[in-house]
Amino acid sequence: MDFNLSREHLLVRKMMAEFTENEVKPIAAETDRTCQYPRENIEKLFNLGVMGMCVPREYGGAGADPLASAIAIEELSKQCASTGDIVATHNGLCCDPILTHGTEEQKAKYLPMLTTGHKVGAFALTEPNAGSDASKGQTEARLEGDHYVMNGSKVFITNGYVADVFVVFAMTDKTKGTKGISAFIVESSFPGFSVGKHEDKMGLHGSPTAEIVFQDCIVPKENLLGREGKGFSIAMQTLDGGRIGIAAQALGIAEGALAEAINYTKGRAQFGKPISKFQNTQFVLADMEMGCEAGRLLTYQAAMMKQQGQRYTKAAAMAKLFCSEHAMQTTTKALQMFGGYGYTKDYPMERMMRDAKITEIYEGTSEVQRIVISANMGL
Amino acid sequence: MKIMVTVKQVPDTSGKVAVNPDGTLNRASMQTIINPDDMNAVEAALAMKDELGCKVVAFTMGPPPAEGMLRELMAMGVDEGVLVTAREFGGSDTYATSQILAAAIDTYGVEADDIILAGRQAIDGDTAQVGPQIAEKLHLPQVSYAGEIKKDGNTLTIKRMLEDGYMTIKVSAPCVITCVKELNTPRYMNIRGILDAYQKPMTVMTYETLKDHALIDKNMIGLEGSPTNILTSFTPPQKGVGVMLDGDGKETTDKLAGILAGKHII
Repeated sequence: MDFNLSREHLLVRKMMAEFTENEVKPIAAETDRTCQYPRENIEKLFNLGVMGMCVPREYGGAGADPLASAIAIEELSKQCASTGDIVATHNGLCCDPILTHGTEEQKAKYLPMLTTGHKVGAFALTEPNAGSDASKGQTEARLEGDHYVMNGSKVFITNGYVADVFVVFAMTDKTKGTKGISAFIVESSFPGFSVGKHEDKMGLHGSPTAEIVFQDCIVPKENLLGREGKGFSIAMQTLDGGRIGIAAQALGIAEGALAEAINYTKGRAQFGKPISKFQNTQFVLADMEMGCEAGRLLTYQAAMMKQQGQRYTKAAAMAKLFCSEHAMQTTTKALQMFGGYGYTKDYPMERMMRDAKITEIYEGTSEVQRIVISANMGL
Repeated sequence: MKIMVTVKQVPDTSGKVAVNPDGTLNRASMQTIINPDDMNAVEAALAMKDELGCKVVAFTMGPPPAEGMLRELMAMGVDEGVLVTAREFGGSDTYATSQILAAAIDTYGVEADDIILAGRQAIDGDTAQVGPQIAEKLHLPQVSYAGEIKKDGNTLTIKRMLEDGYMTIKVSAPCVITCVKELNTPRYMNIRGILDAYQKPMTVMTYETLKDHALIDKNMIGLEGSPTNILTSFTPPQKGVGVMLDGDGKETTDKLAGILAGKHII
């Protein structure tokens, strides 16, 4: 058993750390304040091969493994969870299902768009009345000749108002329950596609979240992803992989908050000495460090299992659950160490705390993760 | 055509600098980075590669772990690395280093349209000597302090950045050019480059490889053979943070007097 990262993974970490320090950190607070999508940085991430990095080279990607993608998301999220989220969604929730379930024609058309073509991807499953219970979606796709006609809407769609390519789930046979759900590749340019409400969120202000609406949207028949009725299975499989990305994002938030807390407590003196010298502070920091290490091992293990073709549903759920709860705890406790300053926007702690919260909610709430874990325990 | 770039691992001066009893840097105990000016030379080479499709080869002299630095450059787009490493080369000053690197470059082969790029100077020694000395030893024309390089056929037009202005001169390949930071902004490694880096060719040149080259004289390399003798090295005591006093003459004088009185100096 070897817990060391490979030479290549270490270089990915170094490259992403440099990029994050030079390009992401300087604009993270402004991105949050203005709710601006960090377009320039996403373009740079396309140029560096980070967007769609796990796509094989014949389709324009770099052919990286899921662990490299997790490390990239982790590093970005240390300074800007929004940027980490945009990459995690693009890589894990759009490129991955097309690569895994797409036909050769679909892969040849869409994967180059999502890599060298600089087109952003998204994943559309959640509906107003179908969140954790994703099987209750109302969006419908009806086959009419050589195309499907899609009607309905999806909410809380990450990359919603910037994405060009969406993996969308819709009912093709309402009588069959989850077996009546199918997956589609939908382009934002298709007739009948529109973007609805832009969400005004608590955090992740740089991540563009929106409602998307299908009104007699024409989806070519050849854009059915996988077979009809296999959509729910594709969604669940995709979310397994996506959870590794969110685990990495949450881990990055926690690591970023811990680094800020160490830096601040070493410089902040009260009662005649730096507050980092008080055992109360040290014990809290020790717990944060331990949690980050545990979260890193869980996340990297899930990524390795995915790479090796092992069943990783439980591993990904555990990584996502642990890291997201650790991110929330760490940012909350780190903010406390900053005292009143932590509550202001002069320091990044309040942003990190707001950003951390969503990791306990999206791509399966903490409660759903516990359902997934316990469902895989032979109970 | 190919571009050969000389690069050096230097101590990360943002960390603690350690010195050996013999006065040389204790490099093993320090974090290292790629010398910043060398990164500008690498970027200049890669930009020419992007435009002309030529090969870029990076040369470094250093201990075996310096291979890691060459792999990072390969992850940026460098095609090949040459690691010049031997106990006999250890402790070399700039004279000996340029002797060894010139021998390595000559052994690799310099063709009529080749360009050799180097950083202006390394942040550990700040001598700015190795690049020009390599040119002298290879009998090649040299242009230092390049802040802009334009290539037209075999002719290069170079803007030299000098303290009191700039100078534009033309030079023909093969030549040696030393680069300053104003030349460009070095690119990042990229994911494809990283995944390919350890598959790219790496040549290791040892003392055995170079010992018969005309430039290599065992008495003129390494710590013993280097003409430079370091009498002492030390870390200077850190100065405290200064305070700027604002206001007119009377006001600042009063403030200063108050501070000195408060410290019981006056």
